[in-house]
Amino acid sequence: MSSNSWNVAIAEDVIATLRDEPGPVLIALQAIQEKFGYVHEDALQMIADAFNVSRAEVFGVFTYYHDLKKAPQSEKAVKICAAEACQAVGCDKLIADAEAAGFEVEKAYCFGNCALGPAAMVGDRLIGRATVEKLK
Amino acid sequence: MKIFVPGDSAAQSVGADLVAVAIAAEAAKRNIDVQIVRNGTRGALWLEPLVEIEKDGKRIGYKNVTSDDAAAVLDGSHPSIGEVDTFEWLASQDRVTYKRVGIIDPLSISDYEAHGGFKGLARAQSMSQAEIVAEVTESGLRGRGGAGFPAGIKWKTVMDATADQKYICCNADEGDSGTFADRILMEGDPFTLIEGMAIAGLAVGATKGFIYVRSEYPAAISQLNKAIEIAASRLGNFELKVRSGAGSYVCGEETAMLESLEGKRGVVRAKPPLPALEGLFGKPTVINNVLTLGSVPEILASGAAAYKARGVGRSLGTQVFQLAGNIKQGGIVETAFGITLDKLINGYGAGTLSGKPIRAIQVGGPLGAYFGQDKFGVSADYESMIDAGGMLGHGGIVLFDDSVNLAKQARFAMEFCSIESCGKCTPCRIGSTRGVETIDLIIEGKEVAKNKALLLDLCEVMTEGSLCAMGGLTPLPVKSALQNFPSDFGGK
Repeated sequence: MSSNSWNVAIAEDVIATLRDEPGPVLIALQAIQEKFGYVHEDALQMIADAFNVSRAEVFGVFTYYHDLKKAPQSEKAVKICAAEACQAVGCDKLIADAEAAGFEVEKAYCFGNCALGPAAMVGDRLIGRATVEKLK
Repeated sequence: MKIFVPGDSAAQSVGADLVAVAIAAEAAKRNIDVQIVRNGTRGALWLEPLVEIEKDGKRIGYKNVTSDDAAAVLDGSHPSIGEVDTFEWLASQDRVTYKRVGIIDPLSISDYEAHGGFKGLARAQSMSQAEIVAEVTESGLRGRGGAGFPAGIKWKTVMDATADQKYICCNADEGDSGTFADRILMEGDPFTLIEGMAIAGLAVGATKGFIYVRSEYPAAISQLNKAIEIAASRLGNFELKVRSGAGSYVCGEETAMLESLEGKRGVVRAKPPLPALEGLFGKPTVINNVLTLGSVPEILASGAAAYKARGVGRSLGTQVFQLAGNIKQGGIVETAFGITLDKLINGYGAGTLSGKPIRAIQVGGPLGAYFGQDKFGVSADYESMIDAGGMLGHGGIVLFDDSVNLAKQARFAMEFCSIESCGKCTPCRIGSTRGVETIDLIIEGKEVAKNKALLLDLCEVMTEGSLCAMGGLTPLPVKSALQNFPSDFGGK
């Protein structure tokens, strides 16, 4: 995930590469987020125009999915699994400790690392038997 | 010398990448010629990173290796589990769908073929559509995603439908906590899934396929994309694409997944029409879980009879069980249906990681029931689990020690439903929020009897009135917690 500053021309290129994809709205939003680290408000109208749907429809998709963000993520952002298997090995305490250590914790629900919990993810890096120390 | 260092996410999450680098560096220092293979995990996750060194055709396993242990591993002095193939925990399993996982280089097509890969597809190519469908029906294979619907019947419906385009969609939105079998197969043996989908395409006359993988699995997505590119020439006219989810649990429900694949909000569709007749982009669509499709190549290769010789009752073949949560020996146990829960959690699992007694287990993900000790003797198959008041789901089992509070877990079930509900139907959207509030009152000790009755009533409304399993099954963990652990709810 990169975080280049918002650039209309680059965004247009990103959207243009998806022109022939079936059902393109979600993947366009994902591609914009992949490129910029978030989905700039202006991208919604651009996607609507490119795929001949209303801005409202694009907005609806954008706001439905937890992954899609309207602002760049903090460098201190971490995802910590808060689902049952990680609850069983103390993720509540890990979340509290991580917040106390200054991390911006987003609760996630399962990274598929349920035998080595608590699990956390920083960027695309999965962490097993997670501790605050390992998040750094 | 060949050295295997798992590239699986779980192994990476406890340092396997650093181990691979350290071993390569140590080997270079000693001037030893080594080939490092990033295999999938064997599934004995508590031993990860489990490094294997091949000597005289035998693979010796070294457990819990860190980057500081490279020298000891090369010397053979690091703690070992001996020859991995004879390690009882693994050797006692019946690996069918997972026969190659952890053994081969996941992206080597020659490894794949040397271990029986593409035999099923080759046989399917010599059969008629109806013969392939009949073989899958005959095998007794049922949907491994949780619903347990017979795969052959679904395939036949799609085969019999007339359309200019049909699709095979693999549901790899493995969102249930306590499950990771799909991920491990996709990372550790992706060609098996690809082959299974190509066979499904031949069987029903579909030329396009999608694998919908949750975004929480970036390594699986990348592995599948690589594998599809490598295998493309072997798939005839079958075209396969990977699509990433975007952090929505309910998109694991098949119709919500279709909406998401079409680029829309992942909102559940009413059925009928069945996706088999009007599925992706309104066309006939086979939707199967990773393990369902991943079991197909072996069924075609070895025949339906060999597959259905395993299992009990109407639960035939093998299930890939996943042992998770507060567990000493967590990981993957593939074995025939009918093993007892006790053998899984106390046998293979060896009890809790904390060493305290097991107080509860949750079987089948966040929508599965909480069981106490009295249910540990239940046979792990579709029907027995339902008879016991639970469900097998995707085969995940989460252990909790005696520090767990089941009222808190029941509250979480409702809370999770309120976070992840797609919002289409009222019992799920509003019922889940009311459920959280009602359980809070019970926990606070306010009008406990009245609120328990209200909660059970709410559960009935959600069960009977919700469109899909999200709202319909959320009451299962709630009610089972109430029934099996009444002391946590201020009652007797």
